[in-house]
Amino acid sequence: MAGIADQTPATGDDSYRRIVAPLLLPTWAVIGIFLVLPVGLMAVYSFLTKEFRGGVDWQFSLAAYDQFFLNRGLFGDEPPVLEWTYITIFWRSIWQAVVATLLCLAIGFPTAWFIATRPAHSRGVWLFLITIPYWVNLLIRTVSLKFLIRDNGPLNEALLGIGLIDGPLPLVNTNLAVQLGLFYSYLPFMVLPIYAAVERYNFALSEAAADLYASRWVTLREIVLPIVKPGIVAGCLLVFIPSLGAFLAPDLLGGAKNFMIGSLIDEQFKGSLGNWPFGAAVSMILMTLVMIALLLYARSAAKGGAA
Amino acid sequence: MNFRLTTLALLLAGPAFAEGELKVYHWFEYIPQELVDKFTAETGIAVTIDTYDSNEAMLASLKAGKLGQYDVAVPGDYMVQIMAAEGLLDSFAREELPNFANIDPKWIDVPFDPGRQSSIPYQWGTTAFSVNRDVYQGDIGSLAIIFDPPEELKGRINVLDSQGEVLALASIYMGLPQCSTDKTQLKALSDMLVAAKANWASFGSDTAKDVLVSGDAAAGMIYNGFSAKARAEGANVEYAYPKEGMVVWMDNMVLLKDAPNRENALKFMNFLLEPENAAAVTNYAAYTSGVIGVEPFLDEAIKSSPETNPPASAPTGSFVLVCDEATQKLYDAIWINLKK
Repeated sequence: MAGIADQTPATGDDSYRRIVAPLLLPTWAVIGIFLVLPVGLMAVYSFLTKEFRGGVDWQFSLAAYDQFFLNRGLFGDEPPVLEWTYITIFWRSIWQAVVATLLCLAIGFPTAWFIATRPAHSRGVWLFLITIPYWVNLLIRTVSLKFLIRDNGPLNEALLGIGLIDGPLPLVNTNLAVQLGLFYSYLPFMVLPIYAAVERYNFALSEAAADLYASRWVTLREIVLPIVKPGIVAGCLLVFIPSLGAFLAPDLLGGAKNFMIGSLIDEQFKGSLGNWPFGAAVSMILMTLVMIALLLYARSAAKGGAA
Repeated sequence: MNFRLTTLALLLAGPAFAEGELKVYHWFEYIPQELVDKFTAETGIAVTIDTYDSNEAMLASLKAGKLGQYDVAVPGDYMVQIMAAEGLLDSFAREELPNFANIDPKWIDVPFDPGRQSSIPYQWGTTAFSVNRDVYQGDIGSLAIIFDPPEELKGRINVLDSQGEVLALASIYMGLPQCSTDKTQLKALSDMLVAAKANWASFGSDTAKDVLVSGDAAAGMIYNGFSAKARAEGANVEYAYPKEGMVVWMDNMVLLKDAPNRENALKFMNFLLEPENAAAVTNYAAYTSGVIGVEPFLDEAIKSSPETNPPASAPTGSFVLVCDEATQKLYDAIWINLKK
């Protein structure tokens, strides 16, 4: 103890490194064990030969990627054409995630703005209220949502009761229910980063803009949005990415009628399809797509920053 | 201090002081805790139970390295065959199970384990469908209720989210063999399913009972015991015995290869073949035991339940068959196409 206390970081770069490098070991270990190893394993598995009913043979094969992209007919004897099955599943998942993200943004931004503009002492209470539902397990919240929106659930009973509708709104087992579920699951991931950005916003800038005859709309577009943009982007990513792989909401609220990326992968490992290399390949393709999207964003952000 | 350490050691080593232990890999909520306690009281063997929620999940986990950590597991019929083919099962001699003679003779020469080399019957039941009689009063004696439903039931049907059972029932409905490799037959099967799906509200296996009780679905493919539970929970549902046929399934306790406590595993299997103990499982799970002489120990409600007492006109059930790899690929493709 005493030895460390004697050496202050100010004594020079070398001793600083001597202390910090070992302290970083746990970080490297975590990244290695929980990020690099599993992803590497998955990448390797996606190029192995499928063992019937789960498991892999250690033999190189492109079969998993072939299955994803090429359709050779039910009996594998037709000339290969582009396989639309999995692209359709990806497209459906991406679309659901985009809608959920937009819903979260539409509700999350005003909410975050509202909280950030409350007096400092009451903001904590509002944030606390946002987090309360998230003390409950996601599965239970999703099932509860299903209870609320089912044909003879309270929402439909209330709407019927006040005479707004004649028959129950069919909500359960629709795409709308899935989007509602995703929106509900991930809303705080949108609110919190935007709140953090808006809280730091200097409202004197808005006043200055108003002094210079900027309309409220122009102020929002030209001053506020560029400044809180990092918060919005972070929120969108935090909602979009987990929505993309979600399968609780699609299964429980959407009736599991159609595969989503998440349930397709799940079925390869736990379900009767038992095709580990294909499951790994789908995961790798999904990861690649997300990575490309992030890279494109990073590039445009860098350009925007330079301009 | 020493005393405390000793106590701690005793607590940690607790099971070791008993007559050994037993590691069971079992379905969730499929054995009453009182029965496990009774076994421990009789034999002094401490029982640890880990659970799984599908045959495939159990297989995956055993193949991924859990083999050698468990003594017994409870796979379904087709999975016994798969596990045997994968070399995951140990076998026993009949003399090792004094109660072997209690097994109902009709369940000894089963297609998935002829002569019962590695497995004993646990519970069996059937898979067909149930209909809410408040919604639909017509005849429900045909699988057409699911695959070509009447107007009242369209859009209100839940189907099991289980490839094997859905494709088997669909094949039975169309009078096709399972594990067919005939292109025309498979095409017809696939087309029929895609058309039928337009009338289905949802796919769900573990939710199959709840959707009937809550009224989300007015009809649903379901296991007979699950339908009995839906009825017990107040849904006015009737379990159907369709004329085309139905799926029969059986869960079996198997002796796993490399079982760390083989002796205790056999004791446990023998214990479960006692009629009184087999009946305790049936009273809990509401299916049917594969052991003879259980009737005196059954609850009245179970004994007279319409779900486990088929009418004389009921069809014989078919097990879901295990196809070879090339054939299975065709059925996998039909299933993916149905859910894409």
